[in-house]
Amino acid sequence: MARLNALNVERAKELIGHYPRPKSATIPLCHLAQEQDGFVTQEAMTHVAELVGCTPAEVYGTASFYEMFKFQSVGKYLVGVCTNISCMILGGDELLEHAEKKLGVRTGSTTSDGLFTLEEMECLAACTEAPCLQVNYRYRERVTHDQFDQLVDELRAGKHTNEIPAHGTVARVRQSIPSDRRASKDVF
Amino acid sequence: MSGEAVGAEAPKKTTLTVTVDGRAFEANPGELLIAAAERQGTYVPRFCWHPRMREVGMCRMCLIEVDGPRGPALLPACMLPVTEGMIVHTKSDTVKKAQDGVLEFLLINHPLDCPVCDKGGECPLQDQTLTFGPGETRFVEEKRHYEKPIAISELVYLDRERCILCDRCTRFSKEVAGDPLISFVSRGNLTEVNTFPEDPFSSYFSGNVVQICPVGALTAKPYRFAARPWDLDQVESTCTTCAVGCRVVMQSSGDRITRYQGVDSSAVNWGWLCDKGRFDFESTSAPDRLTHPQMRSAKGAALEKVTWYDAMSAAASALRGVSPERIGVLGGSRLTNEAAYAWAKLTKGVLRTDNVDAQMADGLSAEEWLGLPPATIDDLETASAVLVMAPDLKEQLPILFLRLRDAAVNHNVAVFELGPKATGISSIARHGLFHRPGEAAAAIRALLGAAAGTPLADHNIAGIEADALTAAGAALKAELGKGNGKFVVIFGRPNLAESAAATSEALAVLAARPETTFLPALRRSNLRGALELGLAPGVMPGRVSLADSRAWFAGRWPAMPEAKGKDTNAILHAAAHGEIDVVILLGCDPVADVPDHQVKEALAAIKTVIAVDTLPNATTPFADIVLPAAGYGEVNGTTTNLEGRVTRLAAKISAPGTARPDWMIAVELASHLGTEFGVESADQLTAEIGRTARSYLGLTVALASGDGVLMPLTQGADDDSAPAPPALLRLVPTTVTTAAPSPDAYSLRLVVSHVMYGHATMVAASASLAKLIVTTTLQLHPGEVERHALREGGLVKIVNQAGATVTLALRANPSVPRGTAFIAAGPEAAQLIENGAGVTKIRLEGAP
Amino acid sequence: MPQTTKMITSRFDQPDSFTLSGYERTGGYRALRKALAMEPAAVIEEVKAATLLGRGGAGFPCGTKWGFLPPTVFPRYLVVNGDESEPGTYKDRLLMELDPHQLIEGVLICSWAIKAKQAFLYCRGEMALAQERLAQALNDAYAAGYIGKNIMGTGWDLDVVLHWGAGAYIVGEETALIESLEGNRGMPRLKPPFFPASKGLYMQPTVVNNVETLANLPWIVNNGASAFTAIGDPKAPGTRMFALSGHVNRPGVYEVDFGTTTFREMFEDPSLGGGIRNGGKVKAFIPGGASAPWFFEEHLDMALHPGPVGAAGSMLGSGAIVVFDETTDMVKAAWRIVKFFAKESCGKCSPCREGTNWLEKIYRRILDGHGRPEDIDLLMDVADNISPGLAWPPRQTTICPLGPSAASPIMSSVRRFRHEYEAYVNRGGGAT
Ligand SMILES: Cc1cc2nc3c(=O)[nH]c(=O)nc-3n(C[C@H](O)[C@H](O)[C@H](O)COP(=O)(O)O)c2cc1C
Ligand code: SF4
Ligand code: FES
Repeated sequence: MARLNALNVERAKELIGHYPRPKSATIPLCHLAQEQDGFVTQEAMTHVAELVGCTPAEVYGTASFYEMFKFQSVGKYLVGVCTNISCMILGGDELLEHAEKKLGVRTGSTTSDGLFTLEEMECLAACTEAPCLQVNYRYRERVTHDQFDQLVDELRAGKHTNEIPAHGTVARVRQSIPSDRRASKDVF
Repeated sequence: MSGEAVGAEAPKKTTLTVTVDGRAFEANPGELLIAAAERQGTYVPRFCWHPRMREVGMCRMCLIEVDGPRGPALLPACMLPVTEGMIVHTKSDTVKKAQDGVLEFLLINHPLDCPVCDKGGECPLQDQTLTFGPGETRFVEEKRHYEKPIAISELVYLDRERCILCDRCTRFSKEVAGDPLISFVSRGNLTEVNTFPEDPFSSYFSGNVVQICPVGALTAKPYRFAARPWDLDQVESTCTTCAVGCRVVMQSSGDRITRYQGVDSSAVNWGWLCDKGRFDFESTSAPDRLTHPQMRSAKGAALEKVTWYDAMSAAASALRGVSPERIGVLGGSRLTNEAAYAWAKLTKGVLRTDNVDAQMADGLSAEEWLGLPPATIDDLETASAVLVMAPDLKEQLPILFLRLRDAAVNHNVAVFELGPKATGISSIARHGLFHRPGEAAAAIRALLGAAAGTPLADHNIAGIEADALTAAGAALKAELGKGNGKFVVIFGRPNLAESAAATSEALAVLAARPETTFLPALRRSNLRGALELGLAPGVMPGRVSLADSRAWFAGRWPAMPEAKGKDTNAILHAAAHGEIDVVILLGCDPVADVPDHQVKEALAAIKTVIAVDTLPNATTPFADIVLPAAGYGEVNGTTTNLEGRVTRLAAKISAPGTARPDWMIAVELASHLGTEFGVESADQLTAEIGRTARSYLGLTVALASGDGVLMPLTQGADDDSAPAPPALLRLVPTTVTTAAPSPDAYSLRLVVSHVMYGHATMVAASASLAKLIVTTTLQLHPGEVERHALREGGLVKIVNQAGATVTLALRANPSVPRGTAFIAAGPEAAQLIENGAGVTKIRLEGAP
Repeated sequence: MPQTTKMITSRFDQPDSFTLSGYERTGGYRALRKALAMEPAAVIEEVKAATLLGRGGAGFPCGTKWGFLPPTVFPRYLVVNGDESEPGTYKDRLLMELDPHQLIEGVLICSWAIKAKQAFLYCRGEMALAQERLAQALNDAYAAGYIGKNIMGTGWDLDVVLHWGAGAYIVGEETALIESLEGNRGMPRLKPPFFPASKGLYMQPTVVNNVETLANLPWIVNNGASAFTAIGDPKAPGTRMFALSGHVNRPGVYEVDFGTTTFREMFEDPSLGGGIRNGGKVKAFIPGGASAPWFFEEHLDMALHPGPVGAAGSMLGSGAIVVFDETTDMVKAAWRIVKFFAKESCGKCSPCREGTNWLEKIYRRILDGHGRPEDIDLLMDVADNISPGLAWPPRQTTICPLGPSAASPIMSSVRRFRHEYEAYVNRGGGAT
């Protein structure tokens, strides 16, 4: 559990450079921290504060506003089942209940092997594909109970690792703005 | 039509008309409706809005209706700037329902523990509920629960169940104090105020959040359960913990001071107080207060309780027949204006000595700086540029720091800092120029030269890179070319371990520029009053010189000193040589405060030391006669803040034992010496000051009330007295040029300056603050730590150029420039300082 | 037969729709070249003439909004709202995943028109694939010279920065989006004074536009405003993407001509909803996202047009239609939406923070069988204290419309299905 490592400090500096003001990079930097450690550690928040020029309390204030940031470790796979209106009326609640049974944990908890954390999600923007869920923010749509079981079994068996990175990594493609292509900052 | 109305255009209308609840009135453009309405008597309920902070409009309590093209709209009065013809309803049914609704929402999760809440009885939420609130609660669900009060700092508790999330404390910490160490955490209904884990809200201003919390969510440890608001009796007064002069209300319960609250004085503190000023009330009831006169039968014997009569007789006989130049009077900055005047009259007018100094050899020559063109605190806000060459304002004059911060952050005033090390203001300064100790004058010359476009002679001047000086000079020139060109210099002694000469000289250089005005960064409470009223060598009451005022005082005072006397340094020096027989200490502690390691020897050589004080201190063992004085909160009178503003001090509680007001002690001692002053109250002395002291002519108790009055008055002083009043002191530019001591690779130059929770009698005597006193460390730049192969936290033996040694733990501090060492002022630092020397050089020896 | 023009979803079936080559091959970046040859003011005029209504929810005319920027204040910014989180809404994600270059080209055109030098693309945090596709597309567009320094040799520079959130519905509200982009808690600012056009990102003039809104720009520039207004209804021209979810046979995202298609067609047309599931009937439907008051049978023949929908007391919002058949438990449906708003309240305004949570607790009590008869009116009155008068358009005691949105499902369901509430309250113990 640590501060950002050297590679992530480099990435952090590049991200900070994308914005007119360093503090704008707070959320991207917290994502980096979560990608590194699986959750946002206190040390990382202190480090982010140093990098963007504010206090750790401000970083924590910002980060804790957002659902995706975790401040304690979670499973390798965060399974989020949508129960919002479109999914609810097509079996979202039942799917979540089934997931609890299959994984053997209550919503909000992590399996004892540390592999899965189950969450109830708000609308995921896949309403026409209800009921749906995400595993580490990768979609599974019109999910039947059998399909859910199969997905869990496959993840347990180490499948899908190409498509679904461990919790913390969201996008695997990073934007990089080549220095010779950056816009000059003078007024239009 | 008669008369050509040449140029008589219709005057431009500067106000506009608003109608609130059918009543039309004038308001100022840009003003918020909530403030305008309140001014004309319509109070719109509110929780989150605070007149000294940016509006957020989030509690929604202040909803009112404004007529618009699509009918009346519900809008928050706190975020609504008035506009011409605006029609507002604050009592319509819709408004009433909305406000009732908001109140109900705020109450559903608020515990109904008013009877045990510190805020009970003075709680806006409680008041609103009683005035406007719905009766029965319709909320049958369970309330939000949190772990009971958590300590968010050494001084403040937070009870999150009571919090209504108005953002006042969090806004204060970020916007006003600049210490965003508390924040909203989590979201929505789970939102709470909190610190970062294990990172407390250790702000010098933390007590303000307790005062502005509209409910009892934030409470002060020193006040918790101390009293119920309805038991409290209160008066307005002025804080004298430092020289800013913040307005306060002093509350007491059962003849004990229980709390200070800031009063919104627009010229000074805007309602804010620093924690030191807010919480040192505990010292008024300190168990070791001096309550009775005491004397020693002989040097070395113990102090014994005596009667006032015996103590006074002894003091008088010690003084009687002593030639004036063998008497010295030190201190006086803790006194009221009235007491300072009475003591000046006793010492100069009766004892005829001019060996009087209210400064503890840690200031600049009063004769010099009292004559500088003055600036006010308010001037900071409108200045084109501010130069700070003073001790750390955040540590020593916290509310002046807040005002300067506001000027820089909210009014975009360019602040330039010049000193031996970075300070609390460095973060708001546009340019920080950190010079080698003892070389301030060279740095100023270079800066002003750079501003005038003179190329700099060297790559490095006084330890500052020429590039930095050139950039700062260019910026200074540019800023002064903008706006009104007002240039305010805040000055003081940033380093007690060097002579004042370099700073004096720097001031003279700055004063040569006519538009420059000066604000003294005086640390001690009424130092300005004491100096203006004559407790300085060469100065007579009213900021006039001894030489110029003989005719004026001839008919007014019994006598006057024959010649200009000695300052603190010289008095102690003379004492050490057996040239002083009697010293009177007026609420001062030379052992702790005079930055010199030979003070004790000097005091020991004096025949009779008479100490007038409220609490014993490090110098008390040297006193032969100790006279107990009534302290803060126990005396009436006036005080003068660093800008020259005179405000009232009020007595709220009685002095312990037989302690008496300082002015009364002076009057009685004069009487024992055969001179009657003929005054029986502080008010009479105020009146005498108003008639006698040139810079205070026209002062009355009434003028000093409320926000007080800036002295000297520009008009209204009665001038029919003959002879004509003496001229105010004027700056005499110094011509001495201090030679810059040569840098030396083996030693470090010492910087010594006071910190907020350092050695101070009042802090030590206030239980809650005493816990915050920091251990004195030797602070070095991390690079120096490395260069000396030292270890952070380890003990280091420090040796000065004269061979004196002190051992302190080491702390790395990047704000200390390389080549210098910082030690907070106190007995340890005093051990190392050579008061006569230009700079103090030290060498380090590893762990002993 | 409903009119369906494929304007912004034209590449969705193409396997390489998200690549630069796939985009260029199908006419991509031609509009940019054309726009750059025009004066910025002329581009604004063209978009104004097209009457492109914002697709983010409020439906404000896009060109008019751009015109609000104070003419002499720079820098100014474009912020793309890709936070799509309104329950029922599903279109921006598709546009970002399947045709990122079309969006980027829209961003470029808008930035040129409003004279911005930096644009921020704020993508919802939970959309990993969209973020990856956008990042790749931006990297490719930079490399190809469409973004960055001296774009297509015109001397104009623009940086487009991809930023993604971290889970908070409220951040879709434009001022909260700006706060979030500044690195703060996503709590809305009060309008006025903080209209983004004058005091937006870093207190500079800022345009916030929805993904779908911007995705229309290449087509408009390529084909002209009059071609655009020729499609759909003159007052609501062009097409719109609707996410049709719930109890229809063919839930899906459909691009249809704006203002002409009716709800009935939407639900029943074989190429669209294909009828109510199990041959059932519509009990109620949400015409424009969770914030919108519900519609019923009697609204079925109304066109999907902001005019009549607004007049009837609801909105098309973000193009999210949720259909409830007769089997739906209306109390539970209302509760689920209220629960959403309670959970997503940013916590700034006391009526929203406390009120929505109170409402949710009352619902839970009713559903758990502990409801009291007076709770039904209490729900309405608490909602009334968040949205006075429970009217349309809503009034609010809050800063932003999130809190008042919670009133929509309550007033819709209580007014229409009070008996279902009463049944819960009278039955006691246990739901359904
Ligand atoms: C609570 C709330 C949530 C919103 N969420 C979104 C959203 O997810 N995406 C969006 O584009 N607009 C959203 N909006 C609307 C935006 O505030 C804004 O009107 C819109 O982005 C403007 O873009 P447009 O003019 O192109 O429609 C939301 C508004 C509110 C009040
Ligand atoms: S209405 Fe709710 S979401 Fe909107 S600003 Fe207020 S508290 Fe936040
Ligand atoms: S006082 Fe206006 S919203 Fe709080």
